[in-house]
Amino acid sequence: MNLPVSSEILKKLRVNDVLYVTGKIFTARDSAHMKMRGMKPKELPFDPSAMGLYHCGPLMKSENGRWIAVSAGPTTSSRMEEFEDILLNRFGFHLIIGKGGMGERTEKALKKTGSVYTAFPGGVGVLAAEKIIHVFQVYWLEELGMPEAVWILEVKEFGPLVVAMDSYGQSLYRRS
Amino acid sequence: MDKKHLEEGILQLILKAETEIPSDVISALKQAYRVETGAAKIQLETMLANVEMARKKRCPMCQDTGILTFFVNIGTNFRATGILKQTIEQAVARATREIPLRPNIVNPMTRTNHGDNLGSYLPHILWDFEPGDLVHITTLPKGSGSENMSALGMLSPSIGLEGVKQFVVDVVKKAGGKPCPPIIVGVGIGGSADLAMNLGKRALLRPVGIHHTEKPIAYLEQELLDIINKTGIGPMGLGGKVTALDVHVEVAHRHPASLPVGVVIQCWADRRASMVVHSDGSWEVK
Repeated sequence: MNLPVSSEILKKLRVNDVLYVTGKIFTARDSAHMKMRGMKPKELPFDPSAMGLYHCGPLMKSENGRWIAVSAGPTTSSRMEEFEDILLNRFGFHLIIGKGGMGERTEKALKKTGSVYTAFPGGVGVLAAEKIIHVFQVYWLEELGMPEAVWILEVKEFGPLVVAMDSYGQSLYRRS
Repeated sequence: MDKKHLEEGILQLILKAETEIPSDVISALKQAYRVETGAAKIQLETMLANVEMARKKRCPMCQDTGILTFFVNIGTNFRATGILKQTIEQAVARATREIPLRPNIVNPMTRTNHGDNLGSYLPHILWDFEPGDLVHITTLPKGSGSENMSALGMLSPSIGLEGVKQFVVDVVKKAGGKPCPPIIVGVGIGGSADLAMNLGKRALLRPVGIHHTEKPIAYLEQELLDIINKTGIGPMGLGGKVTALDVHVEVAHRHPASLPVGVVIQCWADRRASMVVHSDGSWEVK
């Protein structure tokens, strides 16, 4: 599946579907979310709308001035719960990759914006790094540090991603 | 004693811990893979593929290379005790540059990151003594995803063992998919608040699949494991049969008026490695 995902395809996605995505993604953890919450789309140095959002604080290394991902699995998504509905509504990205699931506020925003939350297994850092074929850019590295910076990455067949929260309000994390 | 040689040994210890998980954990993950289906099975399959890839490429299996805790048992006849702390610290800084490890240590007041994984009280070193002239070092790099789900309960003693079980299961349920299940649960019962947490963490050093030598404690471990695996949380919280690979309990005697219970959750990537240092400075990483 190529990024950005069309709204027709997003509508077809249901929980338990398995995807592999190719295209551009950006990483953001709590600090980047906090910064983005205070910004308008025009003020951002990058355009998230055509990318997937990856909850990830990667381990990177610089070789001959080029950044390479060493280990880049997902981080716990629930830390972003208090920001994600605001970001989904404001910045127009439609695919989230994370782990551990998110809460009701995000669930509602996914429904409203026709977006999905997908789960990549935590701890699977080396396999994830293998699927990162290019590091385009890094923003806020000095200010936020390596794990919290926003990394713009090109991924190829990144997955397996399990659709864990779909745009119809279904969630694999709800347990009665 | 050659400090550089010892530093190299501790570097190899950290490298092994970050890139290879012990065989007992791999066996338990494979067993979980056999019993799961659907999304849960996909998680385990991907985890096992990552374990293999990390070992072959000698890359940290998880980008959260954690906070490093060292359990150091010093033989009372070991002569070079004075260099151990500094050498461990130097090895951590070198491992951060050379393996590399993610610089995870920040100042709690200013959030500044010195980039070398060193800081006040960190790496955390727990010292103990043993007879003889050897030093045994075990390192447990632990990510924040699982550590954040750990909890202390200062329970009322009248609540009894049933209350202890309820507390442990509640902590696991509340954690859900966040600590990267299937988890390993370390439980410390008794002592003081800090001792219960310490025992909970030490309990994680015991290999997965090995119960406590005391029967009533082993029975409690199995009982807790069965209850936890009935919660349905499953691998990565996507639903399934295997929420925990094992539960390990360690106990300390306690004050009659207090019942501390420390629950330390470990992720499926249960990274740990050990080494022995001989009196002549030679070492083996196991």
